[in-house]
This record gives sequence, structure tokens and C-alpha cells, in this order.
Amino acid sequence: MALLEIRNLHAKVAHGDREILKGVNLAIETGEVHAIMGKNGSGKSTLSQVLMGRETYEVTQGEVLYKGRDLLELSAEERAREGIFLAFQYPVEIPGVSTSYFLKAAVNAVRKHRGEKELDAVQFLKLVKDKMALLRMDQSFMNRAVNEGFSGGEKKRNEIFQMAVMDPKLALMDETDSGLDIDALKVVAGGANSLRGPDRAILMVTHYQRLLNYIEPDYVHVMLDGRIVKSGGKSLALELEEKGYDWVEKEAAAGV
Amino acid sequence: MPTESTEIQELANREYKWGFVTDIEADSAPPGLNEEIVRFISAKKHEPDWMLQWRLKAYRHWLTMEEPSYWPKLTYPPINYQDSIYYSAPKQKAGPRSMDEVDPELLKTYEKLGIPLEERAILAGVAVDAVFDSVSVATTFKEKLAELGIIFCSFSEAVKNHPELVRKYMGSVVPYSDNFYATLNSAVFSDGSFCYVPKGVRCPMELSTYFRINAAKTGQFERTLLIADEGAYVSYLEGCTAPVRDENQLHAAVVELVALPGATIKYSTVQNWYPGDPKTGKGGIYNFVTKRGKAFENSKITWTQVETGSAITWKYPSCILQGDNSVGEFYSVALTNHHQQADTGTKMIHIGKNTRSTVVSKGISAGFGQNTYRGLIKILKGAANSRNYTQCDSLLLGDKCGAHTFPYIEVRNTSSRAEHEASTSKIGEDQLFYCKSRGISLEDAVNMIVNGFCKEVFRELPMEFAVEAQKLLGVSLEGSVG
Repeated sequence: MALLEIRNLHAKVAHGDREILKGVNLAIETGEVHAIMGKNGSGKSTLSQVLMGRETYEVTQGEVLYKGRDLLELSAEERAREGIFLAFQYPVEIPGVSTSYFLKAAVNAVRKHRGEKELDAVQFLKLVKDKMALLRMDQSFMNRAVNEGFSGGEKKRNEIFQMAVMDPKLALMDETDSGLDIDALKVVAGGANSLRGPDRAILMVTHYQRLLNYIEPDYVHVMLDGRIVKSGGKSLALELEEKGYDWVEKEAAAGV
Repeated sequence: MPTESTEIQELANREYKWGFVTDIEADSAPPGLNEEIVRFISAKKHEPDWMLQWRLKAYRHWLTMEEPSYWPKLTYPPINYQDSIYYSAPKQKAGPRSMDEVDPELLKTYEKLGIPLEERAILAGVAVDAVFDSVSVATTFKEKLAELGIIFCSFSEAVKNHPELVRKYMGSVVPYSDNFYATLNSAVFSDGSFCYVPKGVRCPMELSTYFRINAAKTGQFERTLLIADEGAYVSYLEGCTAPVRDENQLHAAVVELVALPGATIKYSTVQNWYPGDPKTGKGGIYNFVTKRGKAFENSKITWTQVETGSAITWKYPSCILQGDNSVGEFYSVALTNHHQQADTGTKMIHIGKNTRSTVVSKGISAGFGQNTYRGLIKILKGAANSRNYTQCDSLLLGDKCGAHTFPYIEVRNTSSRAEHEASTSKIGEDQLFYCKSRGISLEDAVNMIVNGFCKEVFRELPMEFAVEAQKLLGVSLEGSVG
């Protein structure tokens, strides 16, 4: 049984008519790293948000099974507690709420759901200490308000840091490379790579092949106009880099 | 898929958690207001003649006044002042000498509110002058305070035992003729708290009063007078919560603070009167409060308020910065949910030289709530080198509520400066989704975001009160996002 199975998924903006996902099919096994590539507007970011349960999108057709269960039945917070994590393309600022308070609330929400004892401040700090080193984050980070006044790079590092702390089963990474300089990209990719393992699946969404040099995917999919039109191994990403997306578009149009 | 707003509606429809009525025989005046009632109240309290005369003077002046109805941004049906009961006291044979003598029903009420009086007082080191309806029923830690020469008692006791202080300072900050509600209070005030901290004494504990409206149709007219003598320090906490009622309850309190040269007064309030029926807004408390402090040279007055209750809030804790180098501060969180309306803010009147004032106001509107900040910064000609900084932020939850800001700034000299910053924001769907994607429930997410928004104010509250304030905010916010 696949960890995640998406079957003929259609979705539109909740209060509009425009369909964005037009029949996505994808299966991901635990331990695998998948990358979805595509041009802006192809629907790849929407897919990651629909999988996380954002209510600004409405699923109109199809189904998504996660650990064999109907994922679409669950609210965003339930999905998170069941082990799905989304690293945001544009992390949101929450003024006045410290990163440490926020993350502790998140960790404890998941623990409570699993019937585990909630962590106190000392236990929590112990948990995050190593992960902070991994993402080369300063101690002061925890006392700053969530993403407030963070640089683009800091925000992305914070996302991967949270991902490391939350220890998800399925990690969705939405354009994690955008806005990062090469050094920051290396740190972020290093963090993400350390999370690869037989107990976890990762789904990356990216416009550029660059990220895939640092986090090598097992599978690459190309998304075009709300559908996955081509799948392959890592070489597909290189091919795209070389030939651009037009080539896939023509192929898709020709019905290959 | 349910939309954000339906979830929010569900949350919003929860009932007021602390709605219950204590069944205690009340000793009440008949409804209505006239000179006889004023005399009745004064007689009930065995007041000296000067106190009665002061009340009558206020009453006669009140008859000539009109309710301020045109300028506050508040809408409510006309109040029939002849419909209210102006005196109600829980029946007790004689004043209780110890906690054992306090009516057990009363103690139960406090317990329901999470205020086990005796334990709380001991554990937290807080002296509690608990006001139940109109008469103080229990006072603790009095002896300990008395050792330092600190007087902390009910207003009635102060009238009896410390007439020289009451006569000297009562009305010195809020004159009997000040405004419609303050004048009404001056005529019919039932009881309240009195505190005097002598020269150079630092009050070793937070002083606290819990107010609670109970008897039906009882107007509650608290009067508080707090005097910090030269170089003294006192921190005073006031908090309240009230039971469900069908009819609007009138509450018109007066608080006067006197900070003599070099003194510091911190006055913190958490207000959680019954806000009215969530669906119709019916039955909530009308809260018309006059709070003002006078600051002499080198003294400092800090008002911190967390206003989450009441159907109507009309309240402008103010500072008259009379003496040179005096400092006034106002930190406020005002929340209006459901059909609540608040017109609140402050007045900072700079009279002395080098006076400083800081205003931080956080308004939160949810449901159909209407939240207005109204603030006056007045720097007089003689107040050279004075400074004001005002920050006024509004947070909207949902699209049916409103936030309004009316800052008035008058600077009459060229060496002074007033700064005003304002912002309005909405709790965004993106913020909520971000929290939810981390496993945090909608309700917790809203509380977290709102508490973050209020952080600058909460950190001004004494620690134990800050926790309570956050809890109250959480309760009041139940079901309020959009």
C-alpha cells in the first residue's frame, strides 16, 4: 500500500469556477523522494496546499488516500497530527508569538493526538537543540516572533527546522529553493537530506532543477495545466533543464 | 468542505461560561432614583452628614445634566434611570470578623469564579477586598498592611474611619460635577475600595478587588480612591466577571488615583462583565466608567486594562500630568465580540514641564463587535519639553465587525512632541492555515495570534494577572475568527 495515493484529483478555488487541478494521479511510497516540476501556474503549489487541506481550495472530484485512509475527510490540523507537513513557499508572520511558543504548541498538539505526554519547556528545548544546529540557527531564533522580520533565507530555514522538529511521515516542500542564495540553499538542502529515510516520504514542488542537484529525487514528475503529464527518474529533471518545458508541452499536446 | 466562517460561527455560539446567579437574600432599595433614595443609601451606610450632603449636591447637579449620547460611537436604547435599583446589599447580621463568618453561598460564588478567596490570598500574597454587589464582605491581609501604615479597606469604612483623607481627596481628581455618569455615581455610589499608602512606603503585595454584579436589576456604582503619598509605590489589580442577565445592567464606576510627588501607581484591570446574548446582544452590562489619575512632580501613573466583557463599554482611564517630570501610561486591550460595543481610550493632559506619556491601545473586533479607540493628547502651553507616544492597533476577526480610531492631539507649545502610530489588520486565512498546518486547532490558533497581538499590553500586567487575562481573552474569543 502506498503511503499516499492520489487518484484523478480535481480542485478549484473555493469561491470560483476556475479549475486548477484537472485530474492528478500520483502514488508515493514511504522512503521515496518525489519532485514535481512545472511552470508557474501549472498547479503544483495548489496540489501541495490541497494535500495539506487548505480550505480556500475545493476538491470537486477524485480521491486521496493516506495510509489507506481518506485524506480529504480530515481537516488541516488533523492531517498535520497524522504526520503530514507542509514547508511553505511563503511562510507567514505571526507577530508577538515566539517561534519557541509556536513550535511547542505544534509539537504538543501532535503528541496529544498520539496519546503521548506533552513536553515541558526543558524537554522541548532538548528536542529542538540538535535540529537548530543542523539548520545553523542561532539560539536567539527561538525568542523571535514567528517569521517576523526574518530574511527570505531565514524563513526557509525556519520551515525546514520546523519540519525536522515535527518529524513528519510525509513532508511536502513547496518551492523551498525560491529566494535562496546558494549558501542558504546548501544549508536548507542539508537539513532536508538529513530527513530522508526509510520511514518518511518527501514530495518537493519546484520550478527549477537547481534544488534537485542538492536533494536528489527518486522520481520526477512534470505538471502541466493541472495534470501530471510525464514522469521519470532524476534524468528527467536534467532533460527539462536542458530543453525547457516547451518540449513536454508539445509532447503532451501531441498526445505522446 | 466547511468554510472558515462556519467553523468560526460554531465557536462563536458558545455560551458565557460564568453565567450563574447566587441565591442570597438581598437587602434592596425600591427601584427608582430621587432624593429619598440618596438619603436611604446614605442612612443604610450610617454615613456622616458631610457625605450625605456631598451625595445630594451631586444628585441635584445630575438632574441638570444630559447623558452623553451624541459623541460616543455606541448604539443602545435609552436607559430608564428610574427602572434601576440603586442599593442592594447581601444580608449579613454584622460584619464578618473572619472567613468562617462569611456567608457560605458567597464563598461558593467565588469558588465558581476560580477565586478561592482565602487560599488565593495566602498563596498569591494578594490582599483581597472582595466586593459582592455593593458591600464589601471580606477583607484580608489588613493587619499586615496596617503594620506599614497602609490603609486598604472598603470605601464605607474609609468614610467612617479616615474621614480626613476621604474629604481631602474624594472629588479632587474626578469632581462630583465631572460628567453624567460620574455625577450619578457621586450621588448613589454603593461601596468600593479605598487605599492609602504612606510616604516612602512600597506596598509589598499586589492589591486586588474582585467585583461581581449579582442581584437582579441592580445598578452597580463602585467608587475607588487610591492615594500614594510622596515616594510611595502601589500596584492595584481589579478584576470582575458577572452572571447572565436578561435585562441590561447599568454600571457606572468612578476610580480616582492620586500620585503625590515621587509616587508610583500601577492600576490594572481585567474586565469581563456579561457581554449580552451572543445572538442578540440582549442583557449585557452597560459599563460607563470614569477613571482618572492626578500625577504630581516626578510621579508615575500606569493604567493597564484588558476589557473583554460588557455589552457597552464607555471608559477612558486618564492621567492629569500636573507636576513636572510626571509620567502617564495607558496600555489597553479591548475586545468586542458578538454584539459588544466599546468606545474606549485615554486622555493624557500634560500640564507640568518634561511630562511624558505613552499610550498603547490594542482593539480586537469579532462577530458584530464595534470597537472604537478615542484618545486625547493635550499638551498645554506650560508643559515644555513634553513627549507623547501613541500606538493604536486594531485587529479584525471576520468581516461584520468594525474598528474605529479617533485620536485628538493638541500641542500648545513648540518644544513638545506627540507621535501617533496606527495600524489595522485582519487575522488572515493564511495565518490560520499556517497554524493549522502545524497541527494547532483553529481555536488555539486564534488565541495565539490574538495574544501575540496583545503582547505589549500583557507584559505590563503583574504576572499572575497576565495569565488570567490571557484566559479571559480566550474565553471571550471563543468563536470569533474570520
